[in-house]
Amino acid sequence: MARRSIAIYGKGGIGKSTTTQNTVAALAEMGKKVMVVGCDPKADSTRLLLGGLAQRTVLDTLRDEGDEVILEDVMRPGYGGTKCTESGGPEPGVGCAGRGIITSINLLEQLGAYEEELDYVFYDVLGDVVCGGFAMPMREGKAQEIYIVCSGEMMAMYAANNISKGIVKFAQAGGVRLGGIICNSRKVDNELEMISEFARLLGTQMIHFVPRDNDVQRAEINRKTVIEWRPGCPQADEYRQLARAIDQNKLFVIPKPLGMDTLEKLLIDFGLAEGVGSEVVA
Amino acid sequence: MSKDPRVVKDELVQIYPKKLRQKRSEQMVVTEHREDGSVPVIKSNVRTSPGIITQRGCTYAGCKGVIFGPTRDILNLVHGPIGCSFYAWLTRRNQTRTPNETAPNFMNYCLSTDMQEENIVFGGEKKLKLAVKEAYELFHPKSIAIFSTCPVGLIGDDVHAVAREMSAELGINIFGLSCEGYRGVSQSAGHHIANNGLFKNIIGLDETPHDDKFKINLLGEYNIGGDGFVLEEIFKRCGIKQISTFSGNSTYDSMANSHTADLNLVMCHRSINYAAEMMEKKFGIPWMKVNFIGADATAKTLRKIAQYFEDAELAERVEQVIAEEMATVEATRAVVKARCQGKTAMLFVGGSRAHHYQTLFTEIGMKTIAAGYEFGHRDDYEGRNVLPGLKVDADSRNIEELTVVPDPERYRPRRTPDQVAKLEGLSEMEFRDYIGMMKEMEDDQLVIDDLSHHETERLLEIYKPDIFCAGIKEKYAVQKMGIPCKQLHSYDYGGPYAGFRGAINFFNDIDRMVNMKIWSYVTPPWQSKTKLPEEVAAD
Repeated sequence: MARRSIAIYGKGGIGKSTTTQNTVAALAEMGKKVMVVGCDPKADSTRLLLGGLAQRTVLDTLRDEGDEVILEDVMRPGYGGTKCTESGGPEPGVGCAGRGIITSINLLEQLGAYEEELDYVFYDVLGDVVCGGFAMPMREGKAQEIYIVCSGEMMAMYAANNISKGIVKFAQAGGVRLGGIICNSRKVDNELEMISEFARLLGTQMIHFVPRDNDVQRAEINRKTVIEWRPGCPQADEYRQLARAIDQNKLFVIPKPLGMDTLEKLLIDFGLAEGVGSEVVA
Repeated sequence: MSKDPRVVKDELVQIYPKKLRQKRSEQMVVTEHREDGSVPVIKSNVRTSPGIITQRGCTYAGCKGVIFGPTRDILNLVHGPIGCSFYAWLTRRNQTRTPNETAPNFMNYCLSTDMQEENIVFGGEKKLKLAVKEAYELFHPKSIAIFSTCPVGLIGDDVHAVAREMSAELGINIFGLSCEGYRGVSQSAGHHIANNGLFKNIIGLDETPHDDKFKINLLGEYNIGGDGFVLEEIFKRCGIKQISTFSGNSTYDSMANSHTADLNLVMCHRSINYAAEMMEKKFGIPWMKVNFIGADATAKTLRKIAQYFEDAELAERVEQVIAEEMATVEATRAVVKARCQGKTAMLFVGGSRAHHYQTLFTEIGMKTIAAGYEFGHRDDYEGRNVLPGLKVDADSRNIEELTVVPDPERYRPRRTPDQVAKLEGLSEMEFRDYIGMMKEMEDDQLVIDDLSHHETERLLEIYKPDIFCAGIKEKYAVQKMGIPCKQLHSYDYGGPYAGFRGAINFFNDIDRMVNMKIWSYVTPPWQSKTKLPEEVAAD
């Protein structure tokens, strides 16, 4: 099977890193060879796979070692044989983190990180697509599939819609496609139905509904994915289902971002009606 | 093809898409002097549309290259990738002369922080501090100016904070300039930013008094090809004390002391009027627009200075200098004029030069048939009377507008309102005014702002002028069309062209260029009928 490159986007704080790492752990458990590239200056995209080990970021290493960097310096083996790298970046408020992502991915390529036998490369990208640098995984075919982590909260859906606009832009220039919406539940009313409809309107699918479960928190405090910490718990199965759905996914589309009116109507139709003036409903 | 300027104007823009055609049409006018004394409105100082090959430079070029570049002992440190510094290095041929061999002169150096990818990603402030320290240890300058290039603005390095910190640490005057290349419409924005920088950080720092009777500053003179040297000599012979120049052949100290002068003479209105205005508001020094390009113009300017100081002895010395110089000028002028009379010129350069150099051409009987500025504003074309009606747009708002009030101790109006009124009653004596280029042009000439490459080619094809004056970017394209091109930014390898002696140089150089037969012999290869040998063509 050809290697699949997947980027995970979504609103800040939505649970991209947690979802990515749990899904990656599930894929690894299935025997897949996976590399994770953290694209966040905070460098916390591989913590659960590495058992909390502080990962030396690509950019820090590059700064310290200059041209002497070798792949082993920036890539650590994690749970289930996963390969973990972190781009890293400047402290908040300094320099250009976007440019850092570009530098980092280029270096990984030069070092041959992508030449290994891999089934999957996952890019876990900071927040919204804020500038050109953070769109790097989408550009030039670095990532072919995008999954957007979303919940039933309005701002999360708003961000997902914006990210879709970014995908449209890069889909026209390159080959990137949207593979689906991952609903990371926040227990919003009618969340499953609303996100299913949201995904349908975008022209894609809700690939999985991940329920809210405190086991995720418990696993995190133990610096582990749920898969590793308690393989038998129901939440671990949820991530396995998500991993299988991604593995078997055949639906890759250029999304059709919604207008603001449609997005608001969706929220009203799916149960926020009581909070809104009746004249709006009418 | 008709040479009627109104027809030509339509022809120049007809290739453009509708909106651009509209915009460019507003940036082109045909000169006319209306009964009420006004001239047509010309759109200018607006962004160049994408796709157009423009003559313009960037904000950084205007700030570092034009205003600060010619000062020899302020160490100019460019914060950015190396190209911004390297390609701006000595390209304008600003000259300088130190009083002795040990006096500092940093103009031959090219100093840059040489930002690398790492500095972009992690921020460049640390590298900038190191560069300031290194520069200080190497040269021990009195002052260091830090210039911001585009990436500095994008990643948000705080050059001003670094300047303050290093100033405190090293005990010298260090200041930053937010002159990122993209900040304005053209280099003009950089001039304004540099004027603010001069005013905030240097002007007025040195109170050393001077006993001289006639103290002036020369503003907007950049000593290209030695122009400034010629003028310094003229002032000296007239007994006029030149405190400072902004900024040809200038020093930090002279600028710091410049507020002790009694009159500011403004040459290039566009690049330096801000400093003249602010110095008048803060210190009470009046300014007048002058022109030292052209022998007649120089004589006129010297007489204006003598009138301002109202001193018989000065007036007499001025007349003596004029008389001496004019005799030599006339000898050359008569010979050259006989050969150049009736020939035509086009000038598309600068924010003043396209105006000033028309006087030189007029003096040898040549006619300017089209002119325009690269980065001028409406007041440079139409005169400062349009200023109150100008809209502040987003681009202008991007540049800091300093609020200047009279200095509580040092404000001293050099002339009372009555004296000013009396002086202004004299012919051509006007303070804080510039009549602009168009009022001094004949009717029915083309004036085009921010001339594009396409328009240049069409103009040359239609009018076939005897000479085209522009810069290095245009020079060779123009000459390939068989028309000589004189660079008026750098003077090619020539100059000085200012003052009396400069006028003689200019007459001779122009004579050589327009009467050189070689241009009529040029047949570009694509126009030649000769066919390539078949075996070559087959390859």
